[in-house]
Amino acid sequence: MTHHRSLRPAIRNVSRRAFLAGAGAGSLVLSVGLPAWSQEKKFAAAGMPNGLREDVKLFVAIADDGTVTVVCHRSEMGQGIRTSLPLVVADELEADWAKVKVAQAPGDETRFGNQDTDGSRSMRHHFMTLRRMGAAARAMLVQAAATGWGVPADQVEAVNHELVHRASNRKIGYGAVAKAAAALPVPASVKLKDPAQFRYIGKGQIGLIDGMDITTGRAGFGIDARRDGMLYAVVARPPVYGGKVASFDAAEAMKVKGVLKVVTLDSTPPPSEFGPLGGVAVVASNTWAAIKGREALKITWDNGGNAKYSSDSYKAMLEAAVRKPGKVVRDQGNVDAAMASAARRIEAEYYVPHLAHATIEPAAAVVQIRDGACEAWACVQSPEAAKVRLFKFLGIPADKVTVNVTLLGGGFGRKSKPDFVVEAGLLSKAMNGAPVKVTWTREDDLQNSPLHTVTMQRLEAGLDASGKVVAWRHRSAFPSILSLFAPNVKLPFAIELGMGLVNLPFDIPNIRAETPEAEAHARIGWFRAVANIQHAFAIQSFVTEIAQALGKDPKDYLLELIGPPRKINPTSVGDGWNHGEDPALYPIDTGRLRGVVEAVARGANWGRTLPKGRGLGIAAHYSFVSYLAVVAEVQADDRGGISVPRIDIAIDCGPQINPERIRSQLEGAVIMGMSNAMLSEITFKDGRVVQSNFDGYEVARMDSAPREVHVHLVPATDYTLPLGGVGEPGVPPVAPALANAIAAATGKRIRQLPMRRQLAG
Amino acid sequence: MPALTVNGKVHQVTVDPRTPLLWVLRDTIGLTGTKYGCGVAQCGACTVHIDGVATRSCQVPLSQVTGNKKIVTVEGLATNGVLNKVQRAWLAQDVPQCGYCQSGMIMAAVALLKDKPKPTDADIDAAMTNICRCGTYQQVRAAIHEAAKA
Ligand code: FES
Ligand code: FES
Repeated sequence: MTHHRSLRPAIRNVSRRAFLAGAGAGSLVLSVGLPAWSQEKKFAAAGMPNGLREDVKLFVAIADDGTVTVVCHRSEMGQGIRTSLPLVVADELEADWAKVKVAQAPGDETRFGNQDTDGSRSMRHHFMTLRRMGAAARAMLVQAAATGWGVPADQVEAVNHELVHRASNRKIGYGAVAKAAAALPVPASVKLKDPAQFRYIGKGQIGLIDGMDITTGRAGFGIDARRDGMLYAVVARPPVYGGKVASFDAAEAMKVKGVLKVVTLDSTPPPSEFGPLGGVAVVASNTWAAIKGREALKITWDNGGNAKYSSDSYKAMLEAAVRKPGKVVRDQGNVDAAMASAARRIEAEYYVPHLAHATIEPAAAVVQIRDGACEAWACVQSPEAAKVRLFKFLGIPADKVTVNVTLLGGGFGRKSKPDFVVEAGLLSKAMNGAPVKVTWTREDDLQNSPLHTVTMQRLEAGLDASGKVVAWRHRSAFPSILSLFAPNVKLPFAIELGMGLVNLPFDIPNIRAETPEAEAHARIGWFRAVANIQHAFAIQSFVTEIAQALGKDPKDYLLELIGPPRKINPTSVGDGWNHGEDPALYPIDTGRLRGVVEAVARGANWGRTLPKGRGLGIAAHYSFVSYLAVVAEVQADDRGGISVPRIDIAIDCGPQINPERIRSQLEGAVIMGMSNAMLSEITFKDGRVVQSNFDGYEVARMDSAPREVHVHLVPATDYTLPLGGVGEPGVPPVAPALANAIAAATGKRIRQLPMRRQLAG
Repeated sequence: MPALTVNGKVHQVTVDPRTPLLWVLRDTIGLTGTKYGCGVAQCGACTVHIDGVATRSCQVPLSQVTGNKKIVTVEGLATNGVLNKVQRAWLAQDVPQCGYCQSGMIMAAVALLKDKPKPTDADIDAAMTNICRCGTYQQVRAAIHEAAKA
């Protein structure tokens, strides 16, 4: 801990109105562009670039009035991390929550360790460090009070923001000894609380720390950042990935009232990594003028090599690809022989289209360049990634680049890519350093953002005479995320394979997974739950299809396929990645997968008699080292339309730190999974995205969302067990559960997403 | 110079009178609680009250709201520092996730409760057409019912 006056100036709460200046320091680590997960053989936080910091003097400060300030070095995008990180520290610190504040760290991984907020990692990687820092601060306060009273430290207790010496009936507040405590050395080892004494961890009674600001309109998102003299810009980007400006005429645009300047931006040729797409920017005195100016631009594009990309023909190509063998990525037993001698074979093909993150706050950032230094205010999941790209594209040394992290109006993986921050930087430079805000309109967001990939899969099962699956072949063809970082990529890489393809935890003797080739013609990025989305959809739909073909109960059949409780070493099935976690600590535990299936079935009262037109569907999926299962209940109306009265979702993510936020993340995952399943699709024609706003790219709203979402948390009270992820793994099982429920209700099996337009009504 | 009354305060604004109220509020006046989400009346993030009626401010040109019209944004919902009952219910239910859509949700909910003090679920479905990409719909519904009891 630090005493408040020594709190370093870079740490400020930028979510509040005043986006105060920071003075980020630290040396530059320029990664080669491959994201964190390309590193190998170091696990958890230690395996992330710039690792983990455990420094109570950096992360915790206590002021004279007792106010505890905890630094949050992860980005808040709705998962509640600005509440949950301080909550852990506060608990070990025995702090009164009313006196706890959060300060958002700027991007500075040299000081704070890895800040890249994705992969459902924040609590999983930081829980123990946060506990130890809270406990260390508590020990320092205790020592300071004991020294002041001249009593042994073991006679002093920390209780609810006070130090207490019972023998002499003395008490003193944290603030009064904060200065003395901050001067003490950090203890080498600390005693953690007995979980029975937890005040906040696992309790779920703490409201969002930003709740008041949000409900009163004061919360500051990236798009809300304001600086004196700020200019506003929008950019006309190449409509086809890899395209660039051939020529343009800005005369009409310059006539729009408020337009100040038209600026060309260079395109980053594919693989464009996090580089800006380039195009023509309009800088104006307000956003609307910039938008009108952009409408008045006349641009001829050089569309480049992706101008023929069309979803219809690409889908046909993927379909052909999965009907032929691909690269074998898991091979167990002898699939060909077992398939040949099977009593019965079942096969099916599944399609999942491109999806857009469609964060409700589109990408937006402000950058200002002053005295050779550059400062950004941006809704970024990885401020370090933004900092490194500002250096790369502006040539401003990284120690002169400050990236202040605002609140994010949704992230979902879109805001991991700081192309929009670089645009603001380039435009500030073009405007002599004036602060420039770049706003992506919704049209920009849907038509130019990186997208979730597009996938065709073919599944084949060979069954013996008793209906047991003896052979399983899974082909999955989709353009890889790696194509954003490297040329000529045609195959997925370890991370995508380890998202439900190779790490299939079924008790089947002969399993083969193959990846046919697929080339990218658009920017492929990671979208909440990533390749788990398509793999869970295909596998979990297929399980119920087999069960239905055999006339068996889908839940019982799913449990039969999962098989008896056992611990699978992920490397033994060809998953060398394992979500970045140590396979010894995080084996695939089929007992836990069975546990969530049983929990969700109980919660949803699986097997009950249903009224006419109703159907239940079940699905389970292991991802981000957590175990999830979903039961969807659907109602078919007379015209064949579908509504969703209820969804149950169960999670086993190990110890639960902030149950309220786990519930809200899972409710949200259900809604997003439902959008993916029923409504959303990005299609291409002639290299361009067809959809342009929420009328074409539909997402669930109140009237189409399930009326009831029931979240079932599988209790885990042993806080020494490893934690699982929460933000992402709820999404994958939702779509197959819905497809299975629709099949149960209507007899109609839908194998292509989104499903709604394949239904009447 | 056109005068715009927002949250009881009069602002003189000189931007193009065709500019949507949304951008006047956000860029010109600096009230960023009202959000942009789509610009085409699809998402509701920009919802404000114009003479008490919930309105998507991305669709209203400045010229239509100058003069006598009274505009209230999320920043002006609380009176004399006392939160509106909808805001209180929002905090009690801990509705938000990322929070970005919530200004629009709250403004729509306040207008709904003015029209229908005891809304049914169907009333809520019909009135609350705002998009929440984080999926807080269940909490929004619960908070509206709670505010209706207050
Ligand atoms: S911004 Fe006005 S409705 Fe979406
Ligand atoms: S809370 Fe994030 S969009 Fe609604």
